[in-house]
Amino acid sequence: MDYIFTTNAEQETESLGKRLGDLLFPGAVLLLDGDLGAGKTAFARGVARGLGVTSPVQSPTFTILLAHSGRLPFYHFDLYRIESEEELLDIGIEECLDDEGVTLVEWAEKFQGFFDTPSMSISIARGQEENMREITFFSGEERCRELLDKLCARS
Amino acid sequence: MAAMNKILILGIESSCDETAAAVVADGREMRSNIIASQVEDHKKFGGVVPEIASRKHLEVINDVVEYALSEAGAGFADISAVAVTNGPGLVGALLVGVNMAKTLAYALQKPLVAVNHVMSHVAANYLVHTVQFPAVCLVASGGHTSLLYLLSRSETELLGTTRDDAAGEAFDKVARVLGLGYPGGPAIDKIAMQGNPDAFRFPRAFSGQDHSYEFSFSGLKSAVINVLHNLEQRGEPIPKADIAAGFQAAVVDVLVEKTRLAAKSKGAKTVLLAGGVAANRQLRLQLRETLALDGIGLNYPPPELCTDNAAMVACAGYDLYKRNEYAGLDLNAFTV
Repeated sequence: MDYIFTTNAEQETESLGKRLGDLLFPGAVLLLDGDLGAGKTAFARGVARGLGVTSPVQSPTFTILLAHSGRLPFYHFDLYRIESEEELLDIGIEECLDDEGVTLVEWAEKFQGFFDTPSMSISIARGQEENMREITFFSGEERCRELLDKLCARS
Repeated sequence: MAAMNKILILGIESSCDETAAAVVADGREMRSNIIASQVEDHKKFGGVVPEIASRKHLEVINDVVEYALSEAGAGFADISAVAVTNGPGLVGALLVGVNMAKTLAYALQKPLVAVNHVMSHVAANYLVHTVQFPAVCLVASGGHTSLLYLLSRSETELLGTTRDDAAGEAFDKVARVLGLGYPGGPAIDKIAMQGNPDAFRFPRAFSGQDHSYEFSFSGLKSAVINVLHNLEQRGEPIPKADIAAGFQAAVVDVLVEKTRLAAKSKGAKTVLLAGGVAANRQLRLQLRETLALDGIGLNYPPPELCTDNAAMVACAGYDLYKRNEYAGLDLNAFTV
């Protein structure tokens, strides 16, 4: 089952991310997709805030990975510039996926199949209005579906 | 003896895409400046063209360091210290340079100095200019947008940075949606010359007093994408040059205004530009004109020293060396 949320401003997207971050557990892996300018980094910033990260959360496009410390370590990946699975392995993504922190991966759809058991997949799509976004969550894990039920109840 | 009386610093840089090494004498005389991806004859590096991946850095770094020394006509024994970038950047990539530098420092029994990547961009200016202090420096590249106050080469204060996207990243992404190719900075700079910067009025993010030196380019990127979507949906042609010019004008207006504000409030004699975006012609022109009104000078490095290189690392490392600010062999890399 998909969980669908609608936001009407970048701040609302960030706030939804924060409410999710509040609920996340060690080892969670989030795959986050959406077109350029959809609000992926804003959502990720919210997740970071929910995890207690207080430092600035900038776009990791250039550096590929920005690691933050909060209640849990937060590994923020952006695969926009990654061209091949070989490069993906070379940057050491597996070490983060196996870690007890929370890993969020922007542009994960470029490497479908690589992330075989994510905690959840999140996609951000443009809505009817200019700043409207439809944010869809999907998870195959019971634990995450319970978490998403809570997220719905709080929204 | 080439190295007599001169302090030679070996600089090493591997913070992101480039593997680079350089030898600089007395903090300003560039003896060599090797960037693996820019060396025509890749056979020198076993045919490997370094990309993002850290393993690629590992494959070329030995050769790059040796090449930098031989170009400089120097041997390991002539080096006074080894300077290396230890962050911010991609940790896996940074560690290749850091471990190389540590190994050399240990084996040669020479001091190791750790250089901040953003500060090394600032130092690129010291290789080519005698800077009048106090100064304000705008570092704008694909990964960074920072405004710094410099009382001297060694006394610096970070005034502000970007809250989301770096200026260079905005250039690259807008170039991509306009289908202008990579790298986006030069492509937009070029096509914008033929465009009308007033045809599209994009938002300028001048945030409130509390964050007066902070930048934000994410909203501007989204605004450009929204305009493109609307034009596409209506089936109208895309005036690429006008959109590029309008976008560039918005970025440049914000960079110039915040830099001018910082320079005036800090009483700067000089403004420095650094990082890849420093090569943008409109930014240089507008900044020069604006600063001239207040009698403030403008310096920027040549293009080859604007992008990532190791000469700037050696230059920044020289200042640390002179102050005996050495790093230990337990030096680690950091991302932010």
